[in-house]
Amino acid sequence: MDVFVQQLINGLTLGSIYGLIAIGYTMVFGIIGMVNFAHGDVFMVSSFIALICFLLVTTVMGITSIFLALAIVLVVAMFFTSLTNWAIERVAYRPLRGSFRLAPMISAIGMSIFLANFVQVSQGPRNKPVPPMITDVIVIMERDGYQVTLAWKQIIIMVLTTVLLAGFWYLVQKTSLGRAQRAVEQDRKMAALLGINVDHTISLTFVIGAALAAVAGTMYLMYYGVANFADGFVPGVKAFTAAVLGGIGSLPGAVLGGLLIGLIEVFWSAYFSIEYKDVAAFSILAITLIFLPQGLLGRPEVEKV
Amino acid sequence: MAEMAAPVHNWDQDPILEVQHLFMRFGGLVAVNDLSFKVGRGDITALIGPNGAGKTTVFNCITGFYKPSEGRLVLAHGRAPTEEELAAVTLNGERALVGPDAGVYLLERMPDYKVSGEAKVARTFQNIRLFTGMTVLENLMVAQHNTLMVASGYSLKGLFGLPSWNSAQKQATERAKYWLDKVGLTERADDPAGDLPYGAQRRLEIARAMCSGPILLCLDEPAAGLNPRESLELNELLRAVRAEHGTSILLIEHDMSVVMEISDHVVVLDYGTKISDGTPEAVKHDPRVIAAYLGVDEDAVEEVEAVLDEATGTQS
Repeated sequence: MDVFVQQLINGLTLGSIYGLIAIGYTMVFGIIGMVNFAHGDVFMVSSFIALICFLLVTTVMGITSIFLALAIVLVVAMFFTSLTNWAIERVAYRPLRGSFRLAPMISAIGMSIFLANFVQVSQGPRNKPVPPMITDVIVIMERDGYQVTLAWKQIIIMVLTTVLLAGFWYLVQKTSLGRAQRAVEQDRKMAALLGINVDHTISLTFVIGAALAAVAGTMYLMYYGVANFADGFVPGVKAFTAAVLGGIGSLPGAVLGGLLIGLIEVFWSAYFSIEYKDVAAFSILAITLIFLPQGLLGRPEVEKV
Repeated sequence: MAEMAAPVHNWDQDPILEVQHLFMRFGGLVAVNDLSFKVGRGDITALIGPNGAGKTTVFNCITGFYKPSEGRLVLAHGRAPTEEELAAVTLNGERALVGPDAGVYLLERMPDYKVSGEAKVARTFQNIRLFTGMTVLENLMVAQHNTLMVASGYSLKGLFGLPSWNSAQKQATERAKYWLDKVGLTERADDPAGDLPYGAQRRLEIARAMCSGPILLCLDEPAAGLNPRESLELNELLRAVRAEHGTSILLIEHDMSVVMEISDHVVVLDYGTKISDGTPEAVKHDPRVIAAYLGVDEDAVEEVEAVLDEATGTQS
């Protein structure tokens, strides 16, 4: 029981991070029908931006309040990651918009390789550590010497994710920008004929996706304490799995999928074997695609005539 | 007919849209061939012609869907531009020249979203293109995106819910409600647009186009698939649009009862060229129109023309 509760907490934390990344996949897929394979690497870049910013804030500026430092890091990481993703869309995807369907996807794979290698060359191939940020934990259960703990950083991750998702939901459902996004998603040409600037709307989708990925990247750095150039791939593909599991194109689906993948991974590690945790996560991808291709909350694909 | 004094038509005096020498070629196919016509301000103008005559292509050029191969599309806000103004805007390579009381827009130079957002031309399609996954009300709100974005200072202000945005939002909702009422869909405001019956979807499309605040409304076969009662309602709606909002209407229509009933001006296309242009009464009796519709071969048309020319004493 105690192990179960502990793993539940860990799983939800990890799942929150996956969920935030998965939204970026699902939004971009929804609006331009492309799997943005570079999104995981954008997430990785954001954790490096967060790392650099954190070191600058704590050493050069000498801010000692960890929460203030974290808040600054978060804002800076969101800004620069959004800028990066905006530039990527502008340079690598927009010119290919009229092209055949696979072209932007191949371009995204190229972008993914470029980002990973750029970070490897400029930041070095080794793990970059940061000093532990928030180490306090709350003991919520104790039995036979086994403590079930809830770390403050886990609380921060879950609360921040919840707040962001609420804000994001509001943005998509209630604001003019969100309506424009959904309109472009459904019928790009018609949206343009109603005066919506389609290119802007798509750019903004990339910017929002990147901002959420940057939050995930900062949380990831805070949680694990290291950043590595190769860290984009596996979390990226897992978040993609989460998006597919939840139903690609569906925003609540991305969050649900993220939480499920996080839980599956953590429970598998705890009860079966930790070596096979990635196998477990990716088996979900295969099983979903075979038996439930529209995902848990996705709409079944209806052929347009 | 040379000796007769030509009647003065509104479309000649105060055109809202002037299509000048429009060509549209697709590879070797010439879909629109040297087409010129005028759409009068406040008129209901019908563009008719047999299937494949190039009507929809003309619409696509006007609304920025296609870039014309050649030709100029002059849209005038306020009043028709003078020759000098038109020459100035054409030669300096601008898309538009906007003054305090009037504006002239060269539609062929504008991207699709600006044709709607700035030049204020709205259109509907032959096949219905609603955002079926969004609610009826949301469909009408999307059409006001531009106004809202400007009011919201591009969404940052909107996100923080500042007062000016709220009042803009309120106005947009009011306008949407007004049009919902106008097309009789108020009870269905929160239903997905895709769930509406066909006739209601057609009306919603017109309401959505009107929510974008157009000065020229282009309707591609609005009566297609409507039953006679719905057709009559459509006529009423279009008349109301013109009378209450001063919106000029350009429509493509096959249903002659609609065309003859409501239009002030009819332009007839066949094989991408204009074969007739005038009042519904004049067009109805034009032998070339009759020939085009009845599918008479060329010789028969020439015969008829020769007879007509003889009768009126002119040489063709």
